[in-house]
Amino acid sequence: MSLSFHNDDSVTSWGRMGRRSHQLARPRFLSDVGDWNASSRQARLAIGNRRSYSDVCLSEGNRLIDMTGVGRFRSFDPATGVLVAEAGLTIDALLKHFVPLGYFVPVTPGTRFVTLGGAVANDVHGKNHHVTGTFGSHVRWLTLERSGEGTVRTSSEGHSDLFAATIGGLGLTGIISEVAVRLQPIGSSQIAVENVACDNLDELCDGLAAGDEHFEHNVAWIDCTAKGDRLGRGLLSRGNWSDNGPLEPHGDPRRTMPTDRAGALLNPLTLRLFNMGYHAKGKLTEGRSVSHYEPFLYPLDSVLHWNRLYGRRGFYQYQCVIPEREGREPVRELLRTIAASGEGSFLAVLKRFGDRPSPGMLSFPMPGLTLALDFANRGPQTLALLARLDAIVEAASGRLYPAKDMRLPPHLFTKGYPRMAEFASHIDPMCQSDFWKRMAA
Amino acid sequence: MQRVVVLGALSDIAEAAARQYADEGARLVLAGRDPARLQAVADDLRLRGANDVRIAAGDLTRMDPELSIAEWAEAMGGIDVVLLAYGVLGEQRALEQDLPAAAALIDTNFRSAALWSMAAANFFEKARSGTLVVIGSVAGDRGRQSNYLYGATKAGLAVLVQGLAHRLAPAGAKAILVKPGFVDTAMTAHIPNKGALWSTPEKVAGLIRKAAMRGKPVAYAPGYWRLIMQVIKTVPTPIFHRTKL
Repeated sequence: MSLSFHNDDSVTSWGRMGRRSHQLARPRFLSDVGDWNASSRQARLAIGNRRSYSDVCLSEGNRLIDMTGVGRFRSFDPATGVLVAEAGLTIDALLKHFVPLGYFVPVTPGTRFVTLGGAVANDVHGKNHHVTGTFGSHVRWLTLERSGEGTVRTSSEGHSDLFAATIGGLGLTGIISEVAVRLQPIGSSQIAVENVACDNLDELCDGLAAGDEHFEHNVAWIDCTAKGDRLGRGLLSRGNWSDNGPLEPHGDPRRTMPTDRAGALLNPLTLRLFNMGYHAKGKLTEGRSVSHYEPFLYPLDSVLHWNRLYGRRGFYQYQCVIPEREGREPVRELLRTIAASGEGSFLAVLKRFGDRPSPGMLSFPMPGLTLALDFANRGPQTLALLARLDAIVEAASGRLYPAKDMRLPPHLFTKGYPRMAEFASHIDPMCQSDFWKRMAA
Repeated sequence: MQRVVVLGALSDIAEAAARQYADEGARLVLAGRDPARLQAVADDLRLRGANDVRIAAGDLTRMDPELSIAEWAEAMGGIDVVLLAYGVLGEQRALEQDLPAAAALIDTNFRSAALWSMAAANFFEKARSGTLVVIGSVAGDRGRQSNYLYGATKAGLAVLVQGLAHRLAPAGAKAILVKPGFVDTAMTAHIPNKGALWSTPEKVAGLIRKAAMRGKPVAYAPGYWRLIMQVIKTVPTPIFHRTKL
């Protein structure tokens, strides 16, 4: 059996900007993917659960292989904690089975609706980056379906260059088919959380730095509308796994965003009001508590389709990292620029990346501060704002995150990712994405 | 611990149902055509908690139902549930011009499914317990130009299962027909813009499990399809014939 493709002219990424036409297949068995790869010389891109905001998961006019139907467990070794699974397995499904057994994924992004293949391809990070590094640091081996070669197993020992290219390789080194990842033992499904309100950027950054010593999870929500003395005010949100307590997995999303018409309500005033209210609430609820992992790690996952919030025109997400040696001044500059524009998002996030290196050639994190936030798509004015932010990031020798950025300028990519040429030599010639087409042009 | 036989274990719905049984520690026999695929499904079910998973690879239309069921019952120490989940949708227009292909579809969807159902019923009647769950379709409720051959095989199966339920009642065994509506599976992957009436295989699998426990002879999955089909069945013929359903 091979893959059956059908025309789908409405494929979009999580940012919901533009719909692009593809030939789409959703296989259910790896053997089908392998058979198809062995006989096909067609341009393709394997995709996961489409939680990337950018065009890394699009390949207009080409064959798109949706791997979410291929998400079985293959084996688990309790002695080593290593799980082998098909690449379409979502973290959501993984946790439902493994949390009751006392295991968690070593690294999770802010949504559990990503596949293992997607986590590898974007080398995702989480609130614990300063302790555990990226997802790719915990991958023991993985298999690829490469055009002209068939199934290739890669690890840090065998085909190690291809392995390093695949971690953070945006799905361009072949179809990621299986992933072996070492899970993290947990004593309970609870996290001992501490929330601290900070009145300005210095307090917030000092708090983040101090928190890295004591907390496995450490992140800050930042009020991107605050100006002047309050610039960079926000809430530190940090925590450690509790050793004692129940081992209960999360439930299904309770709410859904039914429409994308609400975008009309989003303007600089409502944004400011929301951020003021959120900060005020944070001040009132400061302190320690014990929380299930779900609201702590996945606050947005409780609302299905939350990406509709930004309306029919979609939104940009912007995430940059500023190298450690540049300190916090570039972040201050970014926040000043954003606050002056009146644009920005409900939930802007600031975090310090640690120094644990990833094996990935195109891995995004590096030691320093990372800022992430959304911008509703308002056309040229949004693009102009993002260009101003780019200039600040570029001057600080920072870099942007491909998984997030629908308009990441190629020159910034080339500068930010010095191993780009080395990476390019490992690309499967049949794998194409719209993102890479832009970068390579 | 339930002992479950899944006939056509490689379909989306069958696999989703098998996962739910596996979560509860069931013993399973997975019957289907492709041994490599069955192996992938079996590995997953074992890891999820199934106590024992056996594979029976072969063409279900050619296997001997009675011998097979006896063999599996011996291996598992009995059978509690037989889930019949295979079927071919086919392309109505093409089948009309290719009668040998139409015969093959009838052979798979009705002849072989009926014989497996009867073999399971024979076993459950003797055992004086057990549940046969057959996946039918709302397409069997009223013949329509777009899929009447598929619909007819499912309608035939519906009457057969109804009769088996009647026959098994005194023995305390059950036969149930589950009729899913629109399900987002490999069978329907090509249909664009799936709206509110579409269900996931997981959802339908959950309803199959529930139906097997409740034991009512006919279950729509989800339940609102009973109402929808009631309406479709009562549309007067002159009006119905003007539609393209």
